[in-house]
Amino acid sequence: MSEERARIEAENLSKAYGGMPVLRGISFRVRQGEFVALLGANGSGKSTLLRLLSGLSKPTAGAVRIGGWEMPGEAMAVRAQIGLVAHQPLLYENLTARENLDFFGKLYGIEREEREGRIKCLLRTVGLGKRADSLVRTFSRGMKQRLSIARASLHQPDVLLLDEPYSGLDQASIERLDEMLSAGLGAGRAIIMSTHQLERVPQTAGRALVLSRGRITFDDAIDNRDMSEIYRSASA
Amino acid sequence: MKTPFFTCVSAIISKDLRAEIRARELISVMALFALLSILVFSFALELDREAREEAVSGVLWVTLIFASTLGFNRSMAQERDHGNLDALLLAPVSRAAIFVGKLLGNFIFTLIVGLAMLPLMTALYGLALLDGWIIVTTALGIFGFATIGTLLATMTVQTRAREALLPIALLPIALPFLLTAVRATKGILSGAPAAEWQGPLGMLAAIIVIYLALCLLLYEYVLEE
Repeated sequence: MSEERARIEAENLSKAYGGMPVLRGISFRVRQGEFVALLGANGSGKSTLLRLLSGLSKPTAGAVRIGGWEMPGEAMAVRAQIGLVAHQPLLYENLTARENLDFFGKLYGIEREEREGRIKCLLRTVGLGKRADSLVRTFSRGMKQRLSIARASLHQPDVLLLDEPYSGLDQASIERLDEMLSAGLGAGRAIIMSTHQLERVPQTAGRALVLSRGRITFDDAIDNRDMSEIYRSASA
Repeated sequence: MKTPFFTCVSAIISKDLRAEIRARELISVMALFALLSILVFSFALELDREAREEAVSGVLWVTLIFASTLGFNRSMAQERDHGNLDALLLAPVSRAAIFVGKLLGNFIFTLIVGLAMLPLMTALYGLALLDGWIIVTTALGIFGFATIGTLLATMTVQTRAREALLPIALLPIALPFLLTAVRATKGILSGAPAAEWQGPLGMLAAIIVIYLALCLLLYEYVLEE
């Protein structure tokens, strides 16, 4: 993988909480347009890794570079390039879908006309065009998740980080999410998605990273391989 | 690449105001607490008019401190509850802008409650609290509480015992505000010469400037993991 095309670079990344190591010397690169599935058992460090990559958490050792910008020194440049969909929707319940996106659009410095256009387009893309002026507190988990993806894509980031986006979604919502990611919203971006839904991985991702006890135990293209087998042997 | 400071500040204020107009979670709780507190003090001091006149500035500020503590807690809890604080931190905005946005939101909500208390206390305590200088002192004192309250609420909201921890952390640090605000209010109410209460009022303003500068410097570290 050529170095200049790497969108996400993790170099010897370690993280410990109160002396307890969670990640131990992790290194990998993700290119522009690449969709990587991050797999691992509960507590293997997936969410911690995504928090480090997004800049919400600082590594104990090692470095993170996004689009060539290094954290935390060039944090502002990095933040502008990252969209994060976390466990929680990161949305304000007492604002409408449109107001939520408008607020985050302002925080990302998107001009008013541009913002309004993008919000309208994104709400339609995630299937919430008709609920644009409904309060988020009236939304189902699936609707919040879709709006959360719209929020993360609003500033057109080069990097999308998705932390178990399928959790709590029904089958129809999962399929809709896959469609959204493999079509418009995911195209051209470097994406890392942590998930436990192994059967969904080959439909969206081209490469898998398996974390076990804070280390990468598998990092390769998925091709037509059996995900359960990869996961079992890498986690053992 | 960084979003302009005032764009971020105004976005946070308008978001907080809009959410509060819908939910009425902050002002209603603060106002109800303030109302009950004023009534309780009024009944407790009913028989002794002199004591009531002496105590009125203390009643005003003690009520405002506890009411605002409730408000600061709720305001930051709204950011914490659905992980919204993370969403704010992910945006390319300075931490100082987040602080000022939250501070001004808290200031507006508490000021509304504070200004509503003045006519009520005037009626119940029979003292002229609707005075220009009292309003200035109230606004200044509330701004001071909101400054340190916003910083401490951001710290305590990340703990489990946040409801109990904020008053414990806030009250000792807010003591300089309380002392100067009570003295200034008492001086104005008693009709003392301006030279007597302008000193504490000036000191209150100076303490606010120092605390504000410290909070702006420290907020980034408070938000760190």
